[in-house]
Amino acid sequence: MCLAIPGRVEEIIEGDVRIGRVNFGGVVKNVCLDYVPEVVVGDYTIVHVGFALSKIDEKSALETLELFEKMGALEEELATEEEAFARAANLQQSPCPDGSCEHADRDQHAEVTNSSRGQK
Amino acid sequence: MKYLTEFRNGEIAQRMAREIHQLTTRPWKIMEVCGGQTHSIIRNGIDQMLPAGIEMIHGPGCPVCVTPLGLIDKALAIAAQPGVIFCSFGDMLRVPGTDRDLFQVKGSGGDVRIVYSPLDAVELAVKNPDKQVVFFGVGFETTAPANAMSVHLAKRRGLKNFSVLVSHVLVPPAIEAIMNSPDNKVQAFLAAGHVCSVMGFWEYPPIADKFQIPIVVTGFEPLDLLDGIRRAVIQLEQGQHHVENAYERIVTYGGNLPAQQLLAEVFEVTDRAWRGIGVIPKSGWRLSEPYRAFDAEERFQITGIHTEESPLCKAGDVLRGAIKPAECPAFGKECTPRHPLGATMVSSEGACAAYFNYGRFLSAEDLANAGAALTGAVNG
Amino acid sequence: MAEKSTKVENSSSPDFSNWSCPLPLADYPTIVMGHGGGGKLGNELVEHLFLPAFRNPALENLGDAAVFELSPGRIAMSTDSFVVQPLFFPGGSIGALAVNGTVNDLAVSGAEPKFLSVGFILEEGFPLAQLAAIVRAMADAAATAAVRIVTGDTKVVERGHGDGCYINTAGIGLLRPGINVGPHRAEVGDVVLVSGTIGDHGMAIMSVREGLEFESQIRSDCAALNGLIADVLDAAGSDVHAMRDPTRGGLASTLNEIATSSNVGIEIDEPSLPVRTEVQSACELLGLDPVYVANEGKVVFFVAPDAADRVLAALRAHPLGSEAARIGHVTAQHPRMLVARTAMGANRVIATQIGEQLPRIC
Repeated sequence: MCLAIPGRVEEIIEGDVRIGRVNFGGVVKNVCLDYVPEVVVGDYTIVHVGFALSKIDEKSALETLELFEKMGALEEELATEEEAFARAANLQQSPCPDGSCEHADRDQHAEVTNSSRGQK
Repeated sequence: MKYLTEFRNGEIAQRMAREIHQLTTRPWKIMEVCGGQTHSIIRNGIDQMLPAGIEMIHGPGCPVCVTPLGLIDKALAIAAQPGVIFCSFGDMLRVPGTDRDLFQVKGSGGDVRIVYSPLDAVELAVKNPDKQVVFFGVGFETTAPANAMSVHLAKRRGLKNFSVLVSHVLVPPAIEAIMNSPDNKVQAFLAAGHVCSVMGFWEYPPIADKFQIPIVVTGFEPLDLLDGIRRAVIQLEQGQHHVENAYERIVTYGGNLPAQQLLAEVFEVTDRAWRGIGVIPKSGWRLSEPYRAFDAEERFQITGIHTEESPLCKAGDVLRGAIKPAECPAFGKECTPRHPLGATMVSSEGACAAYFNYGRFLSAEDLANAGAALTGAVNG
Repeated sequence: MAEKSTKVENSSSPDFSNWSCPLPLADYPTIVMGHGGGGKLGNELVEHLFLPAFRNPALENLGDAAVFELSPGRIAMSTDSFVVQPLFFPGGSIGALAVNGTVNDLAVSGAEPKFLSVGFILEEGFPLAQLAAIVRAMADAAATAAVRIVTGDTKVVERGHGDGCYINTAGIGLLRPGINVGPHRAEVGDVVLVSGTIGDHGMAIMSVREGLEFESQIRSDCAALNGLIADVLDAAGSDVHAMRDPTRGGLASTLNEIATSSNVGIEIDEPSLPVRTEVQSACELLGLDPVYVANEGKVVFFVAPDAADRVLAALRAHPLGSEAARIGHVTAQHPRMLVARTAMGANRVIATQIGEQLPRIC
């Protein structure tokens, strides 16, 4: 489940279906962009079986990579295991990292999906 | 490839693994739900990098593996009919039905075609008005939007010769079923990142609360997997049990709303049989009433097929994480990739196939001695 | 006959004005059953299509058998049949494969390829223009490889049987004295090298395969390897223990075969496998592993450790070997097994693929 790979939208063709010519490291395929109306030329998106499912948040990607780069790099400086643990534990995120637990969005999409979930 | 290669950096991976080693003070059992994650873990050797106390239990997130045998047999019957073009993702071609698979149907003259996208199947229907084009709509929530769109477009275009054999399954009910199982050992979950790119992760806090388990939304590349595991371990060590998003560049709390809207229109919840596990209530999707005309099961009305599982196959226990593939008595003997008894040995992400192909049933020592056995089994 | 890809490279339509086919050829020149009959129609194919393309004295006698002289010594012989679809693909065609495939089988056996036979099985209705293009490609490949096509045969099967065109080629070559290579001759300590990037051919085919097509610059690596191999043998002689071209089943299958034949273990370093970026991307898209993807212009070499540098230099000096790389070594550990060290520093066993590797979505 879920072989989805990132690609760059090079061109958008509006029509019956909104099609993007997406470049995956030199390989280009036509991809349906109907599920990502916010995506524009130049954006990166994650594609599964010919459908873009999400725009890649480039800022988030860079931040994540920076975080990964730092991991383990300080270990030579650490005196004790406790310090290592404390440092690592401080990196953890809140339950809803984008803060949306508190938002009205929750009710909106809950309605949309309730009918397909049939419950909750 | 941008946004892919960077997350495969071996040096950073090893540092992250060391970090996990430092964090772990007790043994923990973590399940990755998604078969794609299983594949990546085994193929990259992530499990080899973890401290001995952490056991990755491989979950049932392999839609190929859990598609009911009866449905596979129906697919085979439909594909064998003249006048039918049967389209499928490559994954399904070698899944064994009761007595054959789609590859063999193709070999006997059935028009079976591999497609990359369900839209390709719709195109085939447009180009071949005199044939019935059937698409094998298997998958979790990640694939459902694509399948939904294909049916939606077919309806919009008034296609009379397109139908879908639907076998959609849902992750949250599977997680609940696993946690409710009496022999459950799972203490934390890595939720499937791409499923969550569609559905968001708002469904998971109630599950985390109910079962008091950490759930971390995790990606698929080595660094993403290590990060997901790291966060799960931190929560476990601290006795916490909340939901975290370790795949923020792709996943938002609410998920993809346009996709969820079309899913709500095209599908409705139903009980589903999971091969090897049994019926899990409200765990699948079927076409909703306005789209029922595109349901291949209804259009083709296949009856009289005899469905029988191999009595030796323990795929269900493997899928629930109750046993490791190597613990199945048939593993590597009656059941090999060449002669699979169940879907977990066929699917590239099936735990049994992953273990077999990547040599996980051999310890480093056994690797030295058992080359002949492996080669013999593989070259059968 | 079903609609086939008519993207034809090097197309050179013959002049049909003097042909006596029953159908008005000017409108739709195609193969008919009579072309396989050995009579006037068959002769016209030979005279107007095959002879001009394959021009050489042994062929022109048009006897039932080709007659030629060979220097004394050991002779190698190989045969292969080619049924690829589509017939024309980026970077090659069934014609080029048919010549290069057999040339390469001889070359990796340590032989200098000399003469080829060719057998065509054509489907009734097959366009003559496509046949001409295939024949032209064969002639070009033969000229590049410095081999001669000296005898041939054509049969025609009824419409609906035969996928357009099947080709069999058989080849004869002279073994280089003092060279004794074989899949059973790999030794512990041998260095494993590959002559260039892997997966190009298979992904070029995939890029035009119905249902999976994609746009890219990927081209098949289809090429005759006898020149490259001759350079390597000149440089290292009997220090070359085994050579093989990793065709169907890819590098993984070939290395597994040699591991089994020689009863040794092989370890490779995954990050050092040369793979073109686009091939890697295409594999990611379809969920394929480049180690299992077919090649048609690459060789793997197993050489004594002292000779590895010389072999690498000889490879890199040749146009077909510019991206050659050292990828692993032979070990006494885990006999008959191929193990790869991944970028993560972990080990994974690379087993032989069962059947064709299929695209996946999971």
